[in-house]
Amino acid sequence: MSSPAAESGNLLVGLDYSILQKCMHCGMCLATCPTYMETLQERSSPRGRIAMMRAIADGQLEVSKTFADEMYFCLGCLACESACPAGVDYTNLFEHARAEIERVGVLDTRKRRAIRHTLIQLIFTSRRRLRLLGGSLAAYQRLGLQALVRRTGLVRLLPRRLRELEPLTPTVRGESVRVNFRRDLARHNPPSPRHRVGLLTGCVQDIAFGEVNADTVRVLQVNGCEVVVPETQECCGSLHAHNGELEAARDLARANIDAFDPESLDAIVTNAGGCGSHMRHYDRLLADDDAYRERARVWSEKVRDIHELLVDIGYRKPLTPPPAAADGPLVVTYHDSCHLRHGQKVVDQPRQILRDIPGVELVELPEADWCCGSAGIYNITQPEMSMELLDRKMEKVGGTGAGVMAAANPGCAIQLEHGTGRAGLEIEVTHPITLLAAAYRAEAGSAAPSGEEAVAS
Amino acid sequence: MPLEPAVLSKLQTLLDADQLLTSAEDLSVYAYDGTATLHELPCCIAQPTTVDQVSGIVRLAAEAGVPVVTRGSGTGLSGGSVPSPGSIVLCLARMNRILEVDAQNLTMDVEPGVLTQAVADAAAEAGLFYPPDPGSINISTMGGNVANNSGGLRGLKYGVTRDYIMRLQVVLADGQVLDTGTKCVKDVAGFSLRDIFIGSEGSLGIITRITLKLVPAPAAKQTMLGHYDSMTAAAETVSAIIAAKIIPCTLEFLDRVTIRCVEDYAGIGLPRDAEAILLMEVDGHAAEVEEQAARIEEIARQHGATAVQRAHSDEEAVQLASARRTAFSALARLAPTVFLEDVTVPRSELARMVGRIQEIADQHQVRVGTFGHMGDGNLHPTFLTDEREPEEMERVEKAMAAVFEYAIELGGTITGEHGVGLAKKPFLPDQLGDTGMATMRRLKSVFDPQGILNPGKVLD
Repeated sequence: MSSPAAESGNLLVGLDYSILQKCMHCGMCLATCPTYMETLQERSSPRGRIAMMRAIADGQLEVSKTFADEMYFCLGCLACESACPAGVDYTNLFEHARAEIERVGVLDTRKRRAIRHTLIQLIFTSRRRLRLLGGSLAAYQRLGLQALVRRTGLVRLLPRRLRELEPLTPTVRGESVRVNFRRDLARHNPPSPRHRVGLLTGCVQDIAFGEVNADTVRVLQVNGCEVVVPETQECCGSLHAHNGELEAARDLARANIDAFDPESLDAIVTNAGGCGSHMRHYDRLLADDDAYRERARVWSEKVRDIHELLVDIGYRKPLTPPPAAADGPLVVTYHDSCHLRHGQKVVDQPRQILRDIPGVELVELPEADWCCGSAGIYNITQPEMSMELLDRKMEKVGGTGAGVMAAANPGCAIQLEHGTGRAGLEIEVTHPITLLAAAYRAEAGSAAPSGEEAVAS
Repeated sequence: MPLEPAVLSKLQTLLDADQLLTSAEDLSVYAYDGTATLHELPCCIAQPTTVDQVSGIVRLAAEAGVPVVTRGSGTGLSGGSVPSPGSIVLCLARMNRILEVDAQNLTMDVEPGVLTQAVADAAAEAGLFYPPDPGSINISTMGGNVANNSGGLRGLKYGVTRDYIMRLQVVLADGQVLDTGTKCVKDVAGFSLRDIFIGSEGSLGIITRITLKLVPAPAAKQTMLGHYDSMTAAAETVSAIIAAKIIPCTLEFLDRVTIRCVEDYAGIGLPRDAEAILLMEVDGHAAEVEEQAARIEEIARQHGATAVQRAHSDEEAVQLASARRTAFSALARLAPTVFLEDVTVPRSELARMVGRIQEIADQHQVRVGTFGHMGDGNLHPTFLTDEREPEEMERVEKAMAAVFEYAIELGGTITGEHGVGLAKKPFLPDQLGDTGMATMRRLKSVFDPQGILNPGKVLD
């Protein structure tokens, strides 16, 4: 690390200057930036944000509240990375800018500290506390308490911010795949597997969409993969890295590397766009860690999105329509998770998989690559902009005539479900892999409940 | 340099709070445009939404003698919208309404902040076509396009922005509002003031409303890609196509350096040993286009193409065009500082110019990849360097100067579509000569006697 950085501790000063310098301020990112296109303010554009970071690194600008607000107004959707002709590593810049903002504490208030502490330090750094939260949420919903709270108007007693958020509470569907895997799914690993893959279960994915994880395991098994679901895996750390807690993110990355032992696997698979995008950066995150640098490199090399992996290994096309498409074509539209598309450049594979499912008719969603406003915890921190983006998304979705919308990220799924409700659209939100799994299941015959996949392979 | 408090408070009465930016953060993000290395802090940024506000701001600026630098999205490549020292930046991005699409007269009325792509989309929606397509079409504004007389890939067949401007509304340097031109195809009432503002780079007036000419959309298009082992063969192909009385809408080339960079970056299967590839497109009536495409294939082979590919579907067309589309990205990734130039020569001199650019690059030991528009002689030699290396920067500047000099020698121009701005200003006298420069100065003093409109740009 260079000496000025060591003196000031400023993370933007300490950053390799060539990363900042790479931005040639051509402006090609502007048209793809949701916050710029909404405000038409240069400071709310990727180019403007990078210019401010560079001015800070050059000592010409302070890490001010204005800068901090702007960096938290940024969705971190990374659409700018796809548009950038020069290949600017915006993720890296964004993470360091937010980390510097937290280090300096320009946004610090007691309330903000409490919220951040609860979310970032307490819940998402401990798999036990996460499970507890998931369990409570499931109980809240199973016991009908949520419906009761909503129906009776008790919801009005919640503080305004929480009241607005309540509809975004994810519905818990299916049990944690870790439980399911231990009890049942592990037995269906193919006897002579062609690949050995580890599954990152994800936090929100596993609490709210345990079934998507189970479907992912099944689909992998059908395609000749032995699936490993390490018990001691943690949150991937994207929430932390994107919210200025790089050290916490590093701890989680190390824990996951230990839990998965990447050397023993052919791939580390995730079905959540946000997790995958971050996991690919463990190598950068741990570049200064002598003990983990090499393992992190191996890890990053082996991270695969589920759709990407399936296409890479030449997955088997299902022969039978899923039940939902049994009585005629099922019109499906697909929303790109920002971090799957822009962060991981996985664009065609989910579409290809959807097209390969018999009975599914894929209709392109206009602006499919435009952020839905979920963006990690953005819908909590910036509800106004988040809802504007969601409404824009729903307008496009409504025009497709689709009955099902597929998206490969739990944050998007929660946000989109909230959006369909808001817009009064009768559209089911699902994960592409859930549709694929349903087709494999239908193919194996209605009799077998869940153990048919190994046979089908 | 902060604005005098009295001027600032007058601006505040003219504009809403969110229309006037003065924070250090805002000043720092309006200090540049799309041009490498140029940087100057303005004293404030005004974001008017009406012509009355624009007029009021200019009037104020004239009274106070404060420079005004107009900009849209700030994607210019010659520093034309980089703030002049102590200037008010007049950002017209929020004047972005499409006011009218007139299908009877084939015109469209827009405010200057409308994006070029939005114009193209609105035209397409009406079954019409707005042809100019500058590289930054997704984000460039129409006001900027007019002020720089922007080009694009379709210059040979469809011309440039100037060919699509029927009427302009302009705020003059004293705040008066001038309307010039009509929706009439024929209009010879008085001097064509309209044309003076096209390409004037914000130094003669501020464009606040534009009436565009539209044309019927072509029904069909055919795309071909030829590989060549000499640039001359590619250039001869172009000449032969035109001699055969075919005017393609696109004739784009990549040179050897660019081909290799594209291949390294995108791996799309281009021949790494080729000296040139040529992307050719014809548009028009389906039957005619089919016939022309077949003829072009034949001509390309006769003139030394080592391979000719023809797209049989829209997807294939996109694939063939992808080399050209990724050319700039492929080059831009290789170095932190990138100068995208736009020297232009008569079509007949293009092969010679490309060859000379490479010689100059070798001579000064700088990295240059060249691609561009073979149909209209407009080249994009792209210089790759690092602004933190003063010694290399010096060599790059020398090489660029040599390229400009040779373009002028061949009867060409130092800038085909990016404008003069700050970056080309030192080279303009070489091309225009004393009389040319003196005439421009006289014109400037007529329109902007105080010298408050984009001072220091185009000329001193």
